[in-house]
Amino acid sequence: MAGFLLRRIAMTIPVMLVVAIVVFLLLHLSPGDPAAIIAGDNATTADVEMIRVSLGLDKPLLTQFALWIGALLQGDFGVSVFNKVSVWTLIVQRMEPTLALAGVTMSFAVSIAIPVGVLAAWKAGTWIDHLAMGIAVLAFSAPVFLIGYGLVYEFARVWRLLPVQGYTPFSQDFTGFWQHLVLPAITLGLVFAALLARMTRSTMLDVLNEDYIRTARAKGLAPRAVLIRHALKNAAVPIVTTIGLGVALLIGGVVVTESVFAIPGIGRLTIEAVTQRDYPVIQGVILIASFVYVLINLAIDVAYAFLDPRIRY
Amino acid sequence: MTHGLRASTGFGRRVLFACAVLAGLLQPAAAAEKTLRAVVHADLKVIDPTWTTIYITNRYGYLVYDTLFAYDSKFQAKPQMVDTWTVSPDNLTYTFTLRPGLVFHDGQKVTSADCVASLKRWMAKVSAGQVLAKFVGSLDIVDKDTFKLVLKEPFALVIDTLGSPLTAFMMPERIASKPVNEQITESVGSGPFRMVKEEWRPGNKVVFARHTGYVPRKEPADYLSGGKIAKLDRVEWLYIPDANTTLSALMAGEIDYFEAPPLDFIRLLKDNPDLTVLNIDNLGVQGLIRPNSLNPPFNNFKARQALFYLIDQPEFMQAVAGDDSLYMQFCGAYFLCHSANETEIGAVRKPDYAKAAAMLKEGGYAGEKLVVLMPTDRPQYAAATTVLIAALRKAGVAVDIQSADWSTISVRRARKDPVDKGGWNLFITTQGGPDTANPITNGWFNSRCEAANNGWACDPELEALVGKWMREADAGKRHTMIDAIQARAYESVPYVPFGQFFQPIAFRKNVTGVLETAVPVYWNIDKK
Amino acid sequence: MKTILRRYPRVAIGGALLGILVALSLLAPWIAPYDPIALNVAQRLRPPTAAHWFGTDAYGRDVLTRTLWGGQISLLIAVSVACLSTVTGTLIGLVAGYFRAMDTVVMRVMDGLMSIPGILLAVAMLSLTKASVQTVIIAITIPEIPRVVRLVRAVVLSIREQTFVQGAMASGSRTWRILLRHILPNALTPIIVQATYIAASAVLIEAYLGFLGVGTPPEVPSWGNIIAEGRNFIMLAIWSVLFPGLFLGTMVLSINILGDGVRDMLDPRIAKRL
Repeated sequence: MAGFLLRRIAMTIPVMLVVAIVVFLLLHLSPGDPAAIIAGDNATTADVEMIRVSLGLDKPLLTQFALWIGALLQGDFGVSVFNKVSVWTLIVQRMEPTLALAGVTMSFAVSIAIPVGVLAAWKAGTWIDHLAMGIAVLAFSAPVFLIGYGLVYEFARVWRLLPVQGYTPFSQDFTGFWQHLVLPAITLGLVFAALLARMTRSTMLDVLNEDYIRTARAKGLAPRAVLIRHALKNAAVPIVTTIGLGVALLIGGVVVTESVFAIPGIGRLTIEAVTQRDYPVIQGVILIASFVYVLINLAIDVAYAFLDPRIRY
Repeated sequence: MTHGLRASTGFGRRVLFACAVLAGLLQPAAAAEKTLRAVVHADLKVIDPTWTTIYITNRYGYLVYDTLFAYDSKFQAKPQMVDTWTVSPDNLTYTFTLRPGLVFHDGQKVTSADCVASLKRWMAKVSAGQVLAKFVGSLDIVDKDTFKLVLKEPFALVIDTLGSPLTAFMMPERIASKPVNEQITESVGSGPFRMVKEEWRPGNKVVFARHTGYVPRKEPADYLSGGKIAKLDRVEWLYIPDANTTLSALMAGEIDYFEAPPLDFIRLLKDNPDLTVLNIDNLGVQGLIRPNSLNPPFNNFKARQALFYLIDQPEFMQAVAGDDSLYMQFCGAYFLCHSANETEIGAVRKPDYAKAAAMLKEGGYAGEKLVVLMPTDRPQYAAATTVLIAALRKAGVAVDIQSADWSTISVRRARKDPVDKGGWNLFITTQGGPDTANPITNGWFNSRCEAANNGWACDPELEALVGKWMREADAGKRHTMIDAIQARAYESVPYVPFGQFFQPIAFRKNVTGVLETAVPVYWNIDKK
Repeated sequence: MKTILRRYPRVAIGGALLGILVALSLLAPWIAPYDPIALNVAQRLRPPTAAHWFGTDAYGRDVLTRTLWGGQISLLIAVSVACLSTVTGTLIGLVAGYFRAMDTVVMRVMDGLMSIPGILLAVAMLSLTKASVQTVIIAITIPEIPRVVRLVRAVVLSIREQTFVQGAMASGSRTWRILLRHILPNALTPIIVQATYIAASAVLIEAYLGFLGVGTPPEVPSWGNIIAEGRNFIMLAIWSVLFPGLFLGTMVLSINILGDGVRDMLDPRIAKRL
């Protein structure tokens, strides 16, 4: 087991290296230049050149890469080229809203999707299944921003029930925290729940088709007992895996949702950093987002290995 | 109320005092604080006002820093930090004395050494300061409140330059004397508000608190001059990139102040009984087309002149500003209509696409594709560019639209290469406020060839006219000289103005005392 | 044909919906009432009327016209991304699964690509070059490739150990022959199903990229661009976003339903359960 763990952890190193190289090259080959943005609209060419030199952007690409990796290995993500605030601080500041949004969305989605998915699988082929899956396919085909603006318009503008934008920290105002998260979490949660419900249903169907379930059903065990004691128990691990993999899908939605509801999270930080070519920030954020994804997958693999001793990679 | 308190007996006073304490206890301190939640037009990224020409940093400067002089509503520079000042009879030596009681946010007194260091930094880095620097022989400390500026040759606009919105902000000597190529990351000024740096959330929120040590001038606030009285305890700048979200938040009362509502929303805001819409900049914003003087065909003045015949100002303005109460039907003045330097000389009023085509041909245009830069994330620029492209096509020009985000465009603009090697022919930008209204501070008017802004307008004759203008001591004569400058500009065409429009602000009815200062400022504002 | 449609109603519903949208888009040059690009600023932001069924946008252009033309771009992007990513992904997957020496390196690169959030990768890539429909297609394609590679590789790994493949290898058949004749046909079903889902998500991602302001060049009337321009006025002129948004949603929906149907049809193991 220890050997497997070590090998599995070692595997993440080349992956992270690939990410680092891809991200660095992508940014530094792009034609944008933060120096020009810092200087502003009415600046002269000489001003811009001066700022570029002061940022070290005139150095050869390889030197810049070496400097960046070297600092990274010492835990230094660098500072934003604009406001000189450390990238790590920026990420930490923006982490809370994103985690809150992702967490609430996830809980909302899971609490809808799992029962619906299980029910649809159990009643496969009936009108319940068709209805549930019909709604699911509708929900995950809808563009996130359309749902978002629709909700803002109805709940916040017309009925004045909920705030339109922004984020209130949990520690500051408990009610405000929830009020601000309801609409974004529903927006994103609908899409995500639809995906999860579909995945849950197909996983459950696989399990329900296993011989031992058929046997149990044939033996005349109460359907509820079969469903809960046998099927759900065995489907739990693949469903959890599905949820874990769904995290990657959440991120795309988070970027758009944060933009619609003006939530100052990681997604908005990244988009702003990309359009401004704030290299250290983009590199830091993408690296950390990838790292989180890699960690989650690592955790899932390890959990699998523990739960199912047959699996060895 | 104050009167009643003073007249009351000892007992009454004690009762009142007890009530005040009780009220204080019942009402949490935070609720008693007056906070203005303002959504501003851009994220504050750079807090060094000498480092960038970005407007948001200049506006930050006016909150946090104080200035030696400031314009009043007639664009006359009035002393602000300066108490008294004298000019020697030969017009070469200016002596300034600071008014008493000026303190920085860190508690240190403002001295002449701070001002001299700040001025030096400004003269090295900021365009308006660089103009002044050419005339300056020396800048010396006399005593702790007094300093002296000695010119090499007479310059009529010393005080005007110090008072223009591109002014020098006074910072402590230890910060101002840092190498000019090093970006300032501290925020210590002597202005009416101080930045609360612990609460700064880049990309989202900047917090300012009243500078309790600030001593305002006695005169009432007038434009950027006069007493800067901070009536608010806190100003929170929020950055919300989505204007629809901001609009909803303003209507719902989640925010108090919307600095730059998209012009299409103005009618909706005006119809809302809870809101006030106010135009604080009567000079407004000038839209302009910048031709690249290095690349054909616009290296030929004839081809640049042709651009005037492509401009249907109402069409441009409708696309940019929408509501016709927000733009001028026509403005042919390089230095803005309604300004002291307004003139109509040379203006081309109506489009004439056939004439434009003929002039382009005469200027050497032979049907090649012209590169027009289009920023996709700046709606007003994109709108004007879209109209320009349609107009170019009407004159038979083949257009190569190079669209990208603002970041990419601003790099592309700086490239001097030929078109086939990554260069460009045309782009659109805007400029506004008092800076635009005179030939020295109007950045895009500057025609100093290599040293000019991107596009490298090059006309020694125009520069000579401007040089004469700024040396002329008689304001009346200067006024008539503007005609010759503009007439020449319509021939050499550093840029093509395509209209003038206004950017009002909107705020909730309980916000009062908003000043019409062009640069949005937060002193004098109160919130009930 | 009739029986197929009766047995697989999703193919019929999805196919019909998609068919209508495709027809409307392809016929845009003939049925669209106005020019999709010419400006008419005097008529800007007008609500839906008899003359402009879907209203006009901020430049006075007819939203219906632009929506119909936009369908062409979205279709082009959907088909191109689906084809490009499955073809490239299949090639890489075949190589990785068949040649063990390449496997580790290729899969680590794929893992790396996959761990970068797709939309962020696309945004970053689009900042690289001049915006054009082609660059958008490439930027959407690349993040999709690793998923196809994983799928194909898994199929190859399970098939190459089977006797008929081992037999072919032992008898000295050429490698490419084995790959094409024995392995590829077995991987085809999951690839086709995957391709439909990729097509649906490509349509959505194009719109998201437009929404975030980094999509196709603004003069292209793609749904992403129409929505990106309209979002600035959503509180004033909801029609400029609503109608293209509904078309967009319907197209994604129809492709997804069709994908489900095709999966059921081609993979009887799953279909039997229904």
